[in-house]
Amino acid sequence: MEKKVFGRPKSLVDVKSHFCPGCHHGIAHRILAETIDHFGLREKTVGVACVGCAVFLYDYIDVDVAEAPHGRAPAVATGVKRAQPDKFVFTYQGDGDLAAIGTSEVIHAANRGENITVLFVNNTTYGMTGGQMAPTTMLGQKTSTSPYGRDFRKDGYPIKMAELLATLEGTAYSARVATSTPGQIRKAKEAVKKAFEMQMKEMGFSIVEFLSTCPTNWGMKPLDAQKRVLGEMSEYFPLGVYKERKQADFL
Amino acid sequence: MDQRVFMKGNEAICVGAIAAGCRFYYGYPITPQNDIPEYMSAHLRAMGGTFLQAESEIATINFILGTSASGKRVMTSSSGPGISLMQEGLSYMAGSELPAVIVNISRSGPGLGGIAPSQGDYFQAVKCGGHGGYRMPVLAPHSVQEMYSLAMLAFDLADKYRNPAMILGDAIVGQMKEPFLQTTYVSTVSPEKPWALTGCEGRPRQHVKSLYLKDNAIEVHNWKLHAKYRRMQEEEVRYEDYHLDDAKIAVVAFGTAARVSKTAIQWARREGIKTGMLRPITLFPFPSSHLDEVARRVDIVLVIEMNTGQMLEDVKASTTCHDKIRFLGKPCAMPTPEEIHRELRKLSGRGE
Repeated sequence: MEKKVFGRPKSLVDVKSHFCPGCHHGIAHRILAETIDHFGLREKTVGVACVGCAVFLYDYIDVDVAEAPHGRAPAVATGVKRAQPDKFVFTYQGDGDLAAIGTSEVIHAANRGENITVLFVNNTTYGMTGGQMAPTTMLGQKTSTSPYGRDFRKDGYPIKMAELLATLEGTAYSARVATSTPGQIRKAKEAVKKAFEMQMKEMGFSIVEFLSTCPTNWGMKPLDAQKRVLGEMSEYFPLGVYKERKQADFL
Repeated sequence: MDQRVFMKGNEAICVGAIAAGCRFYYGYPITPQNDIPEYMSAHLRAMGGTFLQAESEIATINFILGTSASGKRVMTSSSGPGISLMQEGLSYMAGSELPAVIVNISRSGPGLGGIAPSQGDYFQAVKCGGHGGYRMPVLAPHSVQEMYSLAMLAFDLADKYRNPAMILGDAIVGQMKEPFLQTTYVSTVSPEKPWALTGCEGRPRQHVKSLYLKDNAIEVHNWKLHAKYRRMQEEEVRYEDYHLDDAKIAVVAFGTAARVSKTAIQWARREGIKTGMLRPITLFPFPSSHLDEVARRVDIVLVIEMNTGQMLEDVKASTTCHDKIRFLGKPCAMPTPEEIHRELRKLSGRGE
């Protein structure tokens, strides 16, 4: 007798992906949907989509979704969670959104220990607006607004959000993962599960940063983009768990 | 049960909001409206509600967005500069059709301006301060009684139209203390919010959003919103006629400026100067057709504002009797009854 061992997660809508070839949003979406299914949360989840490529979350994930202004998703999620503490609330944000315009909202949501989960997709550029410099853009990386390569003397340094947010008392879990190899994808899924658990146990703010690709704006073939993530990107943005609160850690 | 209470205007707004079922308040301190977050922080949590002080007005309005999308009645309050920071969120809420009550106890601007009472935020409130073009009901209380009753009305209007609603006051109506009648709140709208994001148990998933990229979708959406604003203009115009029946001079003023004008009008009437007032209670929708009708039958229309003439533009747009319109403005302070009385005497030909 045949046994189905692999299929589409229930929470992933069966539509054609509009993302560019080689983009990792689809992988992150699948991990998200699988984790929602794993915990049986589909009917009690409210997602918050942000601005940029990530906004189309609501086309792919089969849950209720609110749309936030650029960078404000953690504040919108705060409003949802405070109104409905029994719901599972997550945001899905890009690096331009979370690490530039939305730094205030994410830092304060984390510092309040807001019981929300943030999935943060870092591809070192602004994707939807056409590949401009992001706060996470690597030194020397050429973008449409850093045509000579990012220069720290003029443009500052790439910001490390997973490390930064881990320093805050209200953060229960902060990890950086990648999705460029099957092994990394497995670890990424474990991290997302952990982040979900933090919220379900009301332990505070949780964030998982995904190192991701943007072959279109990087001007790379998808496989070369994978190599960049495995190489220079994970060198500057090391993978790992930066904070994991235990129940006993509470003040 | 109805009872008489003695309270500050800012606190009466809170009492009205809580009576209307508001259990969520988010805000950020700014003078001269701090009594509101202070009152809400003291009362909401004790009754099982939620008070949260945000890190900024930008965060505040987005807390509001999230709580409103959850189907709850929610309010914030601020003043000029803080309301400016909320404009982004207000535009998104208008686009996403989300109800909430926003209180602006305005101070004088532009910029940091001053903390003196002012009506300098009229344009921002009624002409849509954020991007893209939208409207919201704007209520202008002129007494503590109305701070209370219009707070309750604001929640009903917000829910009726799935739209933010604003209460536009100033430091005087906010800080003054007077007795008011605390009446029983009776809602005029259905409490059902089937569009709310409550998790998709037993129904298909749904979204609250303002992005429309498919062909013509944003045009369809904009016409839909426009029809809603037209309906507000047809159904929600509110105003007070004060001694207008036999008036030769019609004052047009709102909020504190109207409250002070009432005193000056009484003084003028004692001298036989036939003057009265049309007081818009809704600044959007503006009582345009009534104003035109009044303007046609009086000799002079005197617009009094605590700014340099913002509502004046709507008065002019409402009537063709432009030659009758006069203006008395004070951008950063309350006009005194004496000043208004002097102006009424002058306009009636009694001289200084």
